[in-house]
Amino acid sequence: MKKRLKIVLPIIFSLGIVVVFGIFLRGRDIAVIHPAGTVAERQKDLLIFATLLGMVVIIPVFAMTIFFAWRYREGNKKANYQPEWSSNNLLEFIWWGIPIIIILILSVVTWQSSHELDPYRPLESEKKPVTIQVVALQWKWLFIYPEQDIATVNLAQFPEDTPVNFEITSDAPMNSFWIPKLGGQVYAMNGMVTKLHLQADEVGEYEGVSANISGEGFAGMKFVAKASSQTEFEEWVKAAKHSGNKLTLDEYDKLTKPSKSNPAALYSLAVDNLRDSILDKYMRHNSDKESKSQNMEQINKHEMHH
Amino acid sequence: MNKVMEMQRKDDSPLFGLWVYLMTDGMLFASLFATFAVLRNSTFGGPSGAELFSLSFALLETLILLTSSFTIGIAMWFAHQRDVRAVLFWVGLTFILGALFLSMELQEFSHLVQEGQSWRQSAFLSSFFTLVGTHGLHIIAGLVWCAFVVLQIMHKGLDGIRMKRLAMLAMFWHFLDVIWIFIFSIVYLLGGIT
Amino acid sequence: MLGRLTLDALPSEPITIGGAVMMTLSFLGIVGLLLYFKKTKWLWKNWLTSLDHKKIGVMYIVVAVVMLLRGVADAAMMRTQQALAADAPGIVHSDMFQQVFSAHGTIMIFFVAMGLMFGIINLILPLQIGARDVAFPFLNSVSFWLFVAGMVLINISLVIGEFSTAGWLAYPPLSGLEYSPGVGVDYWIWALQIAGIGSLLSGVNFFVTIIKKRAPGMTMMKMPMFTWSVLITMVMILFAFPILTATLAMLALDRTMGMHFFTSSFGGNPMMYINLIWAWGHPEVYILILPAFGMFSEIVPVFTRKRLFGYASMAFALGSIAFLSFIVWLHHFFTMGAGANVNAFFGIMTMIIAIPTGVKVFNWLFTMFRGRITFTTPMVWFMGFIFTFTIGGLTGVLLAVPAIDFQMHNSLFLVAHFHNMIIGGVVFGYFAGLAYWFPKITGFKLNDQLGKAAAWCWVIGFAVAFVPLYILGMMGATRRLDHYAVSTGWQPLFVIAAFGGLIIMTGICLQILQLVHGIWFRKRNLDKTGDPWDGRTLEWSTTSPAPFYNFATIPKIHSRDEFWERKQSNSRQPKHEYQDIHLPKNTGLGIMIAAMSLIFGFAIVWHIWWLAVVSLFVAIALLLVRFSDDDTEYVVTAEDLAKLEGSRRYA
Repeated sequence: MKKRLKIVLPIIFSLGIVVVFGIFLRGRDIAVIHPAGTVAERQKDLLIFATLLGMVVIIPVFAMTIFFAWRYREGNKKANYQPEWSSNNLLEFIWWGIPIIIILILSVVTWQSSHELDPYRPLESEKKPVTIQVVALQWKWLFIYPEQDIATVNLAQFPEDTPVNFEITSDAPMNSFWIPKLGGQVYAMNGMVTKLHLQADEVGEYEGVSANISGEGFAGMKFVAKASSQTEFEEWVKAAKHSGNKLTLDEYDKLTKPSKSNPAALYSLAVDNLRDSILDKYMRHNSDKESKSQNMEQINKHEMHH
Repeated sequence: MNKVMEMQRKDDSPLFGLWVYLMTDGMLFASLFATFAVLRNSTFGGPSGAELFSLSFALLETLILLTSSFTIGIAMWFAHQRDVRAVLFWVGLTFILGALFLSMELQEFSHLVQEGQSWRQSAFLSSFFTLVGTHGLHIIAGLVWCAFVVLQIMHKGLDGIRMKRLAMLAMFWHFLDVIWIFIFSIVYLLGGIT
Repeated sequence: MLGRLTLDALPSEPITIGGAVMMTLSFLGIVGLLLYFKKTKWLWKNWLTSLDHKKIGVMYIVVAVVMLLRGVADAAMMRTQQALAADAPGIVHSDMFQQVFSAHGTIMIFFVAMGLMFGIINLILPLQIGARDVAFPFLNSVSFWLFVAGMVLINISLVIGEFSTAGWLAYPPLSGLEYSPGVGVDYWIWALQIAGIGSLLSGVNFFVTIIKKRAPGMTMMKMPMFTWSVLITMVMILFAFPILTATLAMLALDRTMGMHFFTSSFGGNPMMYINLIWAWGHPEVYILILPAFGMFSEIVPVFTRKRLFGYASMAFALGSIAFLSFIVWLHHFFTMGAGANVNAFFGIMTMIIAIPTGVKVFNWLFTMFRGRITFTTPMVWFMGFIFTFTIGGLTGVLLAVPAIDFQMHNSLFLVAHFHNMIIGGVVFGYFAGLAYWFPKITGFKLNDQLGKAAAWCWVIGFAVAFVPLYILGMMGATRRLDHYAVSTGWQPLFVIAAFGGLIIMTGICLQILQLVHGIWFRKRNLDKTGDPWDGRTLEWSTTSPAPFYNFATIPKIHSRDEFWERKQSNSRQPKHEYQDIHLPKNTGLGIMIAAMSLIFGFAIVWHIWWLAVVSLFVAIALLLVRFSDDDTEYVVTAEDLAKLEGSRRYA
């Protein structure tokens, strides 16, 4: 009886954990499992597929562990005992073979999905994408809309069902730009531009975070990613333009000073090529600006593929 | 006591151990070489290697270090002949050549710094000073070792332990030579061409 | 005169003062006790200056266990903070919180896991290959004391100054001078640099030991699997640790000499740091796990009373894991924006590691198949390991798919994953190893009930503490948050996780209780046979604890499970004539050299240049003193040996 309990209890315990968490999570919003964007949706499917594939190995391993442990326990004298039996080519062939096949399948999926979901790859859509230049500051996010001539802090609004091209850089320690509901993240780094292409499928306000530690105020470095209808977006742009806040270089310098948990703010853009001048801070100043930023693209590419 | 020394002499673990250690040192230099390769164009608007380095000067350094590798080889040969005085002479000569090499390296450094091209100027110069400087530090270690072996041989003669120490020194010294060849080819030759 | 060291460096906040006072008091307390019981001389002569690998091993483990307690205290603070800090201040402010998690990671990897690893290797490996000591006993002592010097330096940061706030791998530019002008990162650099050089030297030492010091007859394919795992681990150390040394040195040069390797301007390249540190860091985690695999490969056959299944496969799997671990480092930063081809390549390489690892699991399972399993403490750890580690393997494979990683990177999902591998794999493995070899180390057995209870607490506590973190990660919770909004709905899960931490701490208390109980009742539980588990390998053929010379006559090896075969065929080793044996004399130079390196590190952290120069010169002088001394060994004559052997308890 006691012996049996020893086996039954852990199983009940594990099932208990699953059930308790299952109940707890019902109806809760788990960003990665309940995505609101095209990219995140694909990433979720991939996650579930890979998990199920992994189960092909996990379940037999768990079953065998429990069965062998029970069957070949010392007390069970009926069980076969072969102390010298230590190799079997067929068996070994099987468990080299099965994982190899599984990994082979997963490798093909990985190769395809890495290209399909490459954050640098523009999304296909009939609508014209919105470009948002993202600058990580200490400890807030600056969003520059070069086509709309506006800028925001800690709030990124864009129309739904429209691809958004995020061009990300940093004027602070390295951060990571992540909107869990919409799809995976990319680092924000000094003196270079990384890219992330996302699209919201539904109207809503989504949490955006920095996923990489960047100093004292890092935990409060949150922003709202708001997907609205096209008309609402256009009205919002107008409101920002006429908000009276002008983002000049002076104003930008003020923003670069460390500050924590900033509220959202709207600006009209009062300086040309702000993003490029931010990038230039990390390059030599006295050289030709244009050729520099071209160079930089190349350097980025070169170094990344290094 | 004698037997202990005899045992120690037979045991080739120390030489093998040094060889293994030098492999790890090779990894260290490999990291520095990789860094240099990545950063060699990051001059931040400053002059490149081709403008800064004198190839003939580096070639002279190379010749001196190669010669010192040769002289320590000769010292080893005399050691097997049990000719203590010749060993002392050739190890001493190695020391002098090594010191000469080091002083040239320092001269190059101070020249660069005086020209305003110190390690603070750019990532390229940081990696240059670090790579060559690390080799220089190894040379200093080698010189201390040289001096120590000379003193020991003068003091205790060329017994089993001293023979082994000398062999280890020679191995270390050849290693420094090999590293320098890489530095010469990658930093000065390749850097001079492009 | 004192660089940038002023009175301001002393702690000023209640929680740091508390930590500092505790640290200082416990140090003074230990010194006081030693003086009171007049044990300083005994400690110095018998332990601190010893070159005996077994004593060095014990000292490694003592240091690692003390550091484990500190690391766990850090973890407890983090769990408490996150359980409380939903729109609330919690128990510490953000700067302190960041110091705590940086210290937690650094200490757990460098001073707990590495310490336990080298401790167990020191204790067991020479015995297992039938050697009298390691290849270079003095170097071994230096390595150990460098490890201690690094440990001391990291703990000094608690009392004088501050610790790094840049995480356990200190990515620039955050760890650069611009954003971290204080001494924290310098402490981090020099503690790791000093300890890392110690590890590198140990790597050389044990590699040469295995290659050169095996007993006659022990060919490569007759080595016990633990020896195999150590050999391969040491090869990895030889390749990986120099990269760490170089990388740390470059970061130090950036910070102290104004260089520009990793600065964001002047052409520096922070991405290169991330590449370099992971080129070391990824092999590092395999450096920790492979010896644990080796330990399980010893434990499972002994407690199933059956040969290890698939020996050649096991050795080959170890080798291929080691090789692959050097070409997967980029999976730590898929999010850096390398092209899809690069990401996919590194992702696939990472998944391939799952194949040999899976094979190892199957081979262990089929070692159990048709065995006679006794569920002692080490075996319970093994069962816990199989379940947790396989889950960790699965989540690892998920993270290896770049497109999935974009959604999981730097979230608590990642944190849960690597704790799954490090607690479920490394910690369970080392605890199993310690439980298994404890009688060999001390000469007495520990209470099995307490040990099993502790193992259960760890396994259950682990599940309760880390399953919530997996879910939190998927909810969008990133790592290293000192506070968050209530509206996220994370708090209940953080509370559950903290409760899981409490269960783990109960396990630790049980382990301490087990140790105290064991020492108290040691007379009742003496291991008089030297072979309490019916072992299979050579370390069980000598007494427990092994005599200072390990083996009176070096054994001759005929098969893999040499000792087991000997017992089966009832044959004793033919009685050899005893011969004189040579053993290394004790020396205090190792501890002194390490003390100098500690002063050197401290001096550089605080920019006290004269002190740095002085300590460096003294260290070199001490080294030369050692090399001037030819009389480093002593002889145990055949006659004395015969007497000693006669007085030993033999089965």
